[in-house]
Amino acid sequence: MSTNPEMSSAAGVATPGRSGSVAPDSPLLSISGLSIDYLGERTVHAVANVSLQLGRGEIIGLAGESGCGKSTLAYGINQLLVPPAVITEGGVTFHDRSGDDIDVLALEDKELRRYRWNKVSMVFQGAMNSLNPVISVRAQLNDVFATHRPQMSKAERRLRSGELLELVGVDPKRLDSYAHELSGGMRQRVMIAMALALDPELMIMDEPTTALDVVVQRDILLEITRLREELGFAVIFITHDLPLLLEISDRIAIMRHGRIVEMASAEEIFFAAQDPYTRQLLRSFPSLTGERGDFIRHGAQLENEEVR
Amino acid sequence: MSILRKLAFYLVALFAALTLNFAIPRMLPSNPVDVLLGKLQAQGPVTPETRQALMLLFGTDTSVPIWQQYLDYLQSLATGNLGVSVTYFPTPVTEVIASALPWTLVLVGLTTLITFVIGMVIGTIAGWKRGTWVDSLIPSTTILASVPYFWLAMVLVYLLSVTAGIFPLGGGYDVRRTSPELSFEFLSSALYYAALPALTIVISSIGGWILGMRNMMVSTLSEDYVITARAKGLSPKRVMITYAARNAALPSIAGFAISLGFVVGGSVVMEQVFSYPGIGNAFLLAVQNNDYALMQGLFLVITISVLGANLLVDLLYQFIDPRTRARGV
Repeated sequence: MSTNPEMSSAAGVATPGRSGSVAPDSPLLSISGLSIDYLGERTVHAVANVSLQLGRGEIIGLAGESGCGKSTLAYGINQLLVPPAVITEGGVTFHDRSGDDIDVLALEDKELRRYRWNKVSMVFQGAMNSLNPVISVRAQLNDVFATHRPQMSKAERRLRSGELLELVGVDPKRLDSYAHELSGGMRQRVMIAMALALDPELMIMDEPTTALDVVVQRDILLEITRLREELGFAVIFITHDLPLLLEISDRIAIMRHGRIVEMASAEEIFFAAQDPYTRQLLRSFPSLTGERGDFIRHGAQLENEEVR
Repeated sequence: MSILRKLAFYLVALFAALTLNFAIPRMLPSNPVDVLLGKLQAQGPVTPETRQALMLLFGTDTSVPIWQQYLDYLQSLATGNLGVSVTYFPTPVTEVIASALPWTLVLVGLTTLITFVIGMVIGTIAGWKRGTWVDSLIPSTTILASVPYFWLAMVLVYLLSVTAGIFPLGGGYDVRRTSPELSFEFLSSALYYAALPALTIVISSIGGWILGMRNMMVSTLSEDYVITARAKGLSPKRVMITYAARNAALPSIAGFAISLGFVVGGSVVMEQVFSYPGIGNAFLLAVQNNDYALMQGLFLVITISVLGANLLVDLLYQFIDPRTRARGV
């Protein structure tokens, strides 16, 4: 399990997220009983009967160890799964700004493509590999506009692209750069700018800071929370770094073996975690204020007694 | 700036090749000039100039110091004098090469290009639709690529020329009806005669391109930027071409550069099977007849064409892969 002293020391003294009501009054996304299997000789139930409601403008943290199904769940929300992954049951409903309800899993071809990025944009875990290495940042932004906003003129696109980069704190001159000419932090900022391009209502971030060093990680996180306050999009933030989630999330869902084992406000998770696995996750990160060695022994013990 | 540096590099390489071409005959154990003169005399009288040129070419004139020989060699190259061919006596080597080169360049060059393009397109589609029926065609093309070329060519000659009579047995054009000139009749005849050799080359070499491209496509499709492109809601065509194929094609293009370099010298077997009047045929005759002057000239042409093809792709590569562009960041 990865431990990250800086982040967790910050978490240790952090004031955990905003007030977290369990069910949001104005829902944006409802996932009900979603199950996703990887078909094979031994079928793997990557996501099993997951239900979740996401409020408008809310940050939900999705935490769990590698392989617990958190990325698979995120891909399912956008119908990005490819065989052998199949959605076996359940539903995903997107409650649009305009008041329409979109049955995401029923979308096909054109409608699905229109839904993607317009309503839900994504930032992926590989900060280094999310940009196409052979075409410029501008061309990749243009691709988004050309697909979703064909009526935009060339000048408007240019203007908007510049604005977007400025929004995430990158020099607009970088539009003509290629991925290899940017640092890891800059690439992820560019990806966030791209995710903001169409003013989506939901942004799914799949370990967006994993490949970055802690200082850049912090900058990016501050950027995300600032942008969310300005623009009001909701965020599903996926990571295995629980202390990081405690800082930025309204509510946190802990996933294990494809199920959500606990779902509560960040405060509740931090101060009064109910599930033994959540407590184990919390203890697996070193703390500045806790007693020395405390977390390690308890974590190890727990693993043997309760979890196995 | 970087282009100048590249050009300088290729000039150095060319210079090294020319020097090697000068040195190799001088390292031969026997005296090629005497062998040659004996053959030439059997065919007709030899002028003192021919003798002098041959001695210069092979460096057997020991009265001249080696650096002087080298300078004379470079000078005769510069004036386009490569000596006289024994096989086609008394035609100069330059003329032999000039009449054989276009055949090979057009047939093998175009065929290589066509094979590459078709292979890349099929490979892209097969990788994109991995696991479908397109993908299951791959093993059959690989089998065709693993069959020895001459055998495949002869089977096709037997089936399509001898039995079905669709194509001519061999040769570059219909010698009874037309002669090399810029006329519709000659060009259509040459095209007709080139069809079967071209077909055999395409069939035997396309498997490699398809397989390479298909595998690169499959691994590129799992890259984050392709998933991002799909999440961006781009059309499948756009994702397939601009995001996946554009990246997957890079190694194949480097491979294409190498195969272009072999166009000039690489099809001895094909030209033998089809009695095609190209460079490969000339090469074989030169070897069979100990025609050193012709061999040396052919080596020179092949070297220059390999270097030229590499330079071309080197320059082209900068446009398709920005990472190889030298740019102050």
